[in-house]
Amino acid sequence: MSETTPDAVPAAPAKPQVIEAPADRTRRLRVGSLMVVFALIGLALAIFTKGGKATFQLTSGDLQHNLLGVPAQFAALVLGLLGVISAGAYLLRRVPQSYSGYLAALLGICFIGSFLCWAAAGKTFPLANQFQGTLNFATPLILGALSGVLCERSGVINIAIEGQFLVGAFTAAVVSSTTNSAALALIAAAVTGVVMAWLLAVFSIKYLVNQVVLGVVLVVFATGITGYLFDQFLQSNAEKLNTPTVLSAIKIPGLGDIPFIGPILFNQTILVYLTYLAVAVVTFVLFQTRWGLRVRAVGEHPKAADTVGIKVKRVRYSAVLWGGVLAGLGGAFFTVGYAGSFSKEMTAGNGFIALAALIMGRWHPIGAMVAALFFGFATQLQSQLQIIQTPIPGELLLMAPYLATIIAVAGLVGRVRAPKADGEPYVTE
Amino acid sequence: MSTQTTTEPAPPPAPAPAAKERLSGLPNWAVQALVSLSAIVLALIVGAVLIIIGDEGVKTAVGYFGAAPMDTISAAASAVGEAYKALAVGALGGITPISESLTQATPLICGGLAVSLAFRTGLFNIGAQGQLIMGAILAAYVGFAWHLPPVLHLIVAIVAGLLGGALWGGVVGLLKARTGAHEVIVTIMLNYVAIYLLAWLLTTTTFRRPGRTDPISPIVDHNAQYPQFGDTRLHGGFILSVLAAIFVWWLLNRSTVGFELRAVGSNPDASRTAGMSVGRAYIIAMVVAGALAGLAGTQQVLGTDLPLTDGVAASIGFDAITVALLGRGTPVGTVLAGLLFGALNAGGLQMQLITQTPLTLTTVLQAVIVLFVAAPALVRSIFRFLPKERGTGPVLAKGWNG
Repeated sequence: MSETTPDAVPAAPAKPQVIEAPADRTRRLRVGSLMVVFALIGLALAIFTKGGKATFQLTSGDLQHNLLGVPAQFAALVLGLLGVISAGAYLLRRVPQSYSGYLAALLGICFIGSFLCWAAAGKTFPLANQFQGTLNFATPLILGALSGVLCERSGVINIAIEGQFLVGAFTAAVVSSTTNSAALALIAAAVTGVVMAWLLAVFSIKYLVNQVVLGVVLVVFATGITGYLFDQFLQSNAEKLNTPTVLSAIKIPGLGDIPFIGPILFNQTILVYLTYLAVAVVTFVLFQTRWGLRVRAVGEHPKAADTVGIKVKRVRYSAVLWGGVLAGLGGAFFTVGYAGSFSKEMTAGNGFIALAALIMGRWHPIGAMVAALFFGFATQLQSQLQIIQTPIPGELLLMAPYLATIIAVAGLVGRVRAPKADGEPYVTE
Repeated sequence: MSTQTTTEPAPPPAPAPAAKERLSGLPNWAVQALVSLSAIVLALIVGAVLIIIGDEGVKTAVGYFGAAPMDTISAAASAVGEAYKALAVGALGGITPISESLTQATPLICGGLAVSLAFRTGLFNIGAQGQLIMGAILAAYVGFAWHLPPVLHLIVAIVAGLLGGALWGGVVGLLKARTGAHEVIVTIMLNYVAIYLLAWLLTTTTFRRPGRTDPISPIVDHNAQYPQFGDTRLHGGFILSVLAAIFVWWLLNRSTVGFELRAVGSNPDASRTAGMSVGRAYIIAMVVAGALAGLAGTQQVLGTDLPLTDGVAASIGFDAITVALLGRGTPVGTVLAGLLFGALNAGGLQMQLITQTPLTLTTVLQAVIVLFVAAPALVRSIFRFLPKERGTGPVLAKGWNG
C-alpha cells in the first residue's frame, strides 16, 4: 500500500519526490476519473435541488421531536463542492498516496449527503430508520460474507452461501416454532449451516468437484429441499411449525443511551451482537492466531503449507465448517431475527450479495463488513425513497450493489485479488 | 449394496473385477452414460425417501409399526410408486404430456447450450438467467410495440432477442478479456442487474399493459409468435433448439473458431503461445453463449408465455447450468439432459396435481443428479462395477485466479 519508492533521492530530503509506477498512474487516472464523474453528478444534484428545508428525522418513530432541518440546496452545494475537491485532489495527486483511500471515502459520504439533501428537499427523511434498516439488511450479509472469508481464505470457493442461508432460515423458523427457544433455534440454524458446509467440504475436498459447479448445485439443492419441506409440512401446519418468535431487542445499558447512535447500534437482537462479535473474532483469529495463519497458508500455497507439516485438508475442513456456523446464523436472521415465518426462497439472492460483499471487501473480514453495510444502505435507501417519493426508480438503486461489484472486479477501483489457491483442490501425488 | 464381493477373500478371478474389466472396454461416452444413469437412480432413491417422510399414509402406518411392520413398508412403497407413476405418466403418457415435456425442454436446451459452449472455452457462464431476461425483454418489445408482416415480424423479434442476450454475454467476455474480471462474479451480478431492469421496465408506461397495475406487458402480436403445433403448447421454438444444438456441434467440432475455443478452453497458455487470441476467444464464446440464452428468452416470451412478466425467466437460467453439467458440455448431451429435465418438470406438475407431492421434489432430484454426476468418484464408490472415465472430461473453470 504505502510503499515508499527506493528511488527517492536521499540528497534532497526537503522535498521527497515520490516516483509513481506506470501501473499506479494508470490506476490513479482511471479511479480518479470515475471519482470526478461521481463528484460532478453530486454537484449536478445539488444544482437541481429545490430550495426549502430538508428535514432529517433523528429518532425512529418519533415524528415531532429530534428533527434536524437544513437548508437543502446550500447543504447539497457545500457537500457537492467538497466532493469535487476530494475527487480532484485524488486525480491530481495532491495528497500522499497512503491517504488517497480517505479521499474516496470522503467523496462517497459527500455524494450520499448531497443525494439525500436533493431527495429530502421540502420533505422529511427518516434518517434514524435509514441507519436502522441498513443494519438490518447488512447483518445477514456480514455473516454470510464472513463465512465466505473463512472458506475462501482456506482455498474453497463458497458460492453456496445462499443455500446455507436458506437451510438456516428454515430450521431456525421450525425449531423456534416447536420449542419456543431462541437459543435452540440459533443453534439448530448453525448446525444446518454446518451440514451444508460439510457437503461443500466433502465434495470439494474429498471428491474434488469443481467448486463453482458445486456451489451452484448446492444452492439448487437447498432451494429444492427447503421448498419441498415447506410445501409438504409447513404450509398445511403453519400455526404449529411456522410461527417462530422473533428475537427481542436487548438494550445494552449505558451504550444504548447514547443519542442517535445508541438506539441504532446497541438496542438490537442477540443475533446482531453476535455479528459484531463475529467480525472481531474472525479478524482476530485469521490474522493473529496460529490457526488463522494456517488457514491463510493453505489458501495461498497449499503445497508449501503441506511441506512444513500443516494438514491442508484438515485445515480446509475446519475453516469451511466454521464458515457454515456463521452462514447458518445469517440465515436465521431472515426468520427469527427479522421477518418471523419462513417462506419459499425468502433469502432472495442475499447469499449472492454476501458473495459480492466478500469480493468487494477483498476477502478481508473488515472490508466485507464495510461492503455489506454499503449494500444494506443502498437496499434500505430504496425503500425509504419510495416512501418519500422521489423520481428515482427503486429498482435502479437495488442494482447498485451488483454494479458496484462489477466495477470492483473489473479493476476500476484498485486490484481485487483472491487467495492464490482459492478454488483449487489440493491433490497429493 | 454390492460391496460384499470385494471384501470376501474370493479366488483370484473375482466376479466384480471381471465385470469391471468388461465394462472398462466401453467407449467413454458409454461410461459417462452409465454414470449418469446411476446418478439418476441414486437421485430417485433420495426422492423416494423424501416422498416417504412426507406421506400421510406412511405416517399413520409408522404409528403401529411394532404391530404390523409390513404395513409401513407397503404404505411407503405405494406412496413412492404412485408419485413416480404420476411423474412418468405426466411426462410421457400420451401426446399432451410429451408435448408438454418438449415445451419445458425447449428453453432448457438453449440455455444449456449457452452454458455448455462457455464451458468448452473454459468459462463458467452462470449468467444464462440474465442473458435470457435481456433476450426476452428485447424480443417482447419488438413483439408488442412494432407491427410488421407475418414471418418477418417473428424473425425480427428473434434477432432482437439474440442481440439482447449477446450484448449481456458479450459484456462478460469483454471484461474478462480486457481486465481479467472473473466471469462467474460478473455473470452473477449481471443476472441481478437484469432482474431489476426487467422489474423496472415493467413499471414504465412503455412496457406495462394499459389498464393493468401488475407487472405485465401487452401480449406480443400474433405475427411475432412462434407457430404452435396443433392445440398443444409446443411451438416452433423447439425446432430452433434442435437447430441451435446442431449449430453448436458444428461450431465446436467442425469450424476453425470452435477449434480455437476448445483450445483456449483446454489450455489458454498453450493457445496463446500458438498464436491464438485468448481474449478474442472469450469474447466470441460469451457473445454466442449470450445469443443462445437470448434465444431461450425468445422461446419463453414469443412461444410459451406471450406477455412479458417478471417471472418470464422462472429459474431456467439456473436450471440450464445443471442441464449443461449433466450433458458434460457436449451439444448432444445437453439436448438429452434438457429433454430429461423438461420431462421432470412437466411430470412434476402432474405429480403435484395427482398425488399432492410438491413440484419442488423435482428441483431436489435435479440437484442430486447433477451432484452425483459431478462427483463420479462418489458414484463409483456406491456402484463398484462402474469403470473409471478416461480423460478429464469437459474442462471447467478453475478458481477465481484461473
